[in-house]
Amino acid sequence: MIAFKNSFRELLRYPSAIVGLLVIFILLGVAVYALVTIPYSEAIRLWRGGEDVWYQNPKYASPEWFNFFTSKKEPLSFLANTADGSMTKTVTSSTADISTVEMTYSFDYTYDDYPQEIILYFSPKFNEKLPFVSIAWYTPDGRKIRIADIAVDRKSSYRFSQDQKLQKSLRNEDVMQALFVDPHAENPTVVKGQYKLVISGTTFEKDSDLDVQFVFHGKVYGLAGTDKYRRDILLPLLYGTPIALAFGLLAALGTSVLTMIIAAIGTWYAGWVDELIQRITEINLVLPFLAILIMVGTFYSRSIWLMLGVTILLSIFSGQIKTYRAIFLQSKEASYIEAARAYGASDRRIIFSYLIPRMIPLLIPALVSSIPSFVFLEASLAVLGLGDPVLPTWGKVIDDAITDGAIYRGLYYWPLEPAALLMLTGLGFAMLGFALDRVFNPRLRDI
Amino acid sequence: MATETLTTSAPSAPVAKKSASNSTFARVAKYTGIRILTMMVTVTIGVYLTIMIANMGGYMDTIIRNEVRDNITQSMLANPAFRNLAPDVREKLIQEKIASEIKRQGLDQPFAVRSMNYLRNALTLNLGRAVNMISDHGSKEVRLILLERLPATLLLTGTSELILFFASVFIALSLSRRYGSFFDKMTIAFSPTSAAPPWFYGIFFILIFAGVFRILPFGGLVDSPSPTNPIDYGLNVLKHLILPASAVICSSIFLSIYNWRTFFLIYSSEDYVEMAKAKGLPQRDVERRYILRPTMPTIITNFALLVITLWTGFTITETVFLWPGLGITLYRAIGFNDTPVIVGSTIIYAYLLAITVLLLDFVYALVDPRVKVGSGNSQ
Repeated sequence: MIAFKNSFRELLRYPSAIVGLLVIFILLGVAVYALVTIPYSEAIRLWRGGEDVWYQNPKYASPEWFNFFTSKKEPLSFLANTADGSMTKTVTSSTADISTVEMTYSFDYTYDDYPQEIILYFSPKFNEKLPFVSIAWYTPDGRKIRIADIAVDRKSSYRFSQDQKLQKSLRNEDVMQALFVDPHAENPTVVKGQYKLVISGTTFEKDSDLDVQFVFHGKVYGLAGTDKYRRDILLPLLYGTPIALAFGLLAALGTSVLTMIIAAIGTWYAGWVDELIQRITEINLVLPFLAILIMVGTFYSRSIWLMLGVTILLSIFSGQIKTYRAIFLQSKEASYIEAARAYGASDRRIIFSYLIPRMIPLLIPALVSSIPSFVFLEASLAVLGLGDPVLPTWGKVIDDAITDGAIYRGLYYWPLEPAALLMLTGLGFAMLGFALDRVFNPRLRDI
Repeated sequence: MATETLTTSAPSAPVAKKSASNSTFARVAKYTGIRILTMMVTVTIGVYLTIMIANMGGYMDTIIRNEVRDNITQSMLANPAFRNLAPDVREKLIQEKIASEIKRQGLDQPFAVRSMNYLRNALTLNLGRAVNMISDHGSKEVRLILLERLPATLLLTGTSELILFFASVFIALSLSRRYGSFFDKMTIAFSPTSAAPPWFYGIFFILIFAGVFRILPFGGLVDSPSPTNPIDYGLNVLKHLILPASAVICSSIFLSIYNWRTFFLIYSSEDYVEMAKAKGLPQRDVERRYILRPTMPTIITNFALLVITLWTGFTITETVFLWPGLGITLYRAIGFNDTPVIVGSTIIYAYLLAITVLLLDFVYALVDPRVKVGSGNSQ
């Protein structure tokens, strides 16, 4: 225990260890936060839920903080709803059956670009006669634009950009541009100020009612932006952290501990056991690791836990076994082992209580340093299209971005956010591993 | 894995027993011969394991049965002699032919016998026919699809690995001389960046040099249409090679330099090196003859391990750079779910790994005095 404390104190002498530990603690914090705030089922629903879950978000939207760094401010996304009162709604009954529903929403618009899309989702209540609405748009410079007059069926939505009638009446294929840009200005500039949307509806039945949700797709969204399916990238960034850490830690732990135990058993029993282990190591050297993982992924299952198991199995008999073997051969001759043998300790006791514990100082740096490669392996598998089909992981985001050509289209935030997290994780563990190596490996201490 | 730590122990070289022949050549030849034999056994077992993994879901059998069924059905339908038969009679005939063909190919034999057949086919690169993919020359033979891609892969791997090897060894030597200098510290500071694989740097490189500055191509082997003049063609390929090769080099170089620098530093405190320095030998000679020469076998062993771990990484690097090599073929095969191509690539990769190990073993035999002099000891 004291030795451990001393090693820890010595470790803190290295700035890289402090930075590494800090990064790891932050990642652990994020992992815990993600697991506590987003339950597993909720994460899966948000990640794979379909258009019903994601419809409120814009497509390919950059993160909101982009606006701090650019002179051209991109519009934020928002939504308003008459059901929760964020949009005003007044109902006036003219006759017993017919009543008018007037819904208005005003908002200040101070951005330099027009939004992606405006959608109205109607949820009417009626038996037979469909309610009827006319939508009007008021710009800050006093223009009134009639958008559409439509009958509202159950669960219907109205997308401004896709209405060809509107495109024709505005004489512009890009409806958003026509709605937000000053038509008289020489350079097309966005008119800033208060916009107003007025939806006047008429219902034709006694208990008929009409509610509307006003969804405004800006060009920036949230802390991390969105992908091509309108999914919030923040979710895989958050939820990918515990998955990446678990995969990296379990794979590194499994591989290095098993490697060490096998090396210890081989050197202790010597003879054919040792010979067999060495031959297996040589065969393992020519087994193409990734190709076999790919085979397993395509033929059996893409579950991340199966991949983890196969990864550990294929990494046990690595070149590392030779290093451990060389050291075990030395410590096998040590006098305390001889003493243990003299008082009749069993083979198992010698291996697990005397040989291996002495090697733990060597194991720890190797373990920590091998974590990044396993974290990146998960991402590599995802980039190959063999990511876990269900879980939101960092690698999946990079894969989606690459398949969708985000790099060629200038959507840099999309692959770069998970990449930055991967790099951060890799650097954190690698820096700690380096410092640990220096603390525990006396040969390196002076160098 | 990129973070493979340096193994300071030399690998167990097979004992070259003192034979009647004393010539160095005979010893190296004998050593190489033994290595080729062991490597052949190793590859055979490795390929057999691959087949076992692939066949656990019965995939290998399905591939072959489907092939038989396709061939027979097509030849029967194409044959005008059978055209006038009633459909059910013809169907029965087809089924009979398929059954006899399956029997002829030994598919009804027990698995142990069958797997030996597969092993023989795999070892002779008789890899079957692809389901969906075709080679650039229009063939569906898996062997042709894969072998056609080999030159591009070898160009990329060969260039980047050779540059990586020589650059890191020589930079490490010069850093070990200037131990504690600014560049030395910088290398140490940068070495954790090797945690990321080449494709990861590839994304950044494409983004910076192709996306933002537009000075280098996004990917591919040559421009389309490709230049007709061979010199222009070569230059064009070189231009496309810069980004993928530098991504590979960048992802491993700092850790390699760090590892080798540390290794040289440990060795340069050996007594015989101190002795050589005390004698007043020039720095160059000390480095060449007293540090580099005795550590050469270990350097080569570690390089072999690095190359082996890099082979894995090339699959994705090629995919990211659209480099038309083996890796991207494997990636496409995953997309098409083309089982024969996936199994075939795995076998080809196993061969490539074995050849790499064998080549480096041969170089090892050339530089290891224990093999040459023949007074070797297996430890």
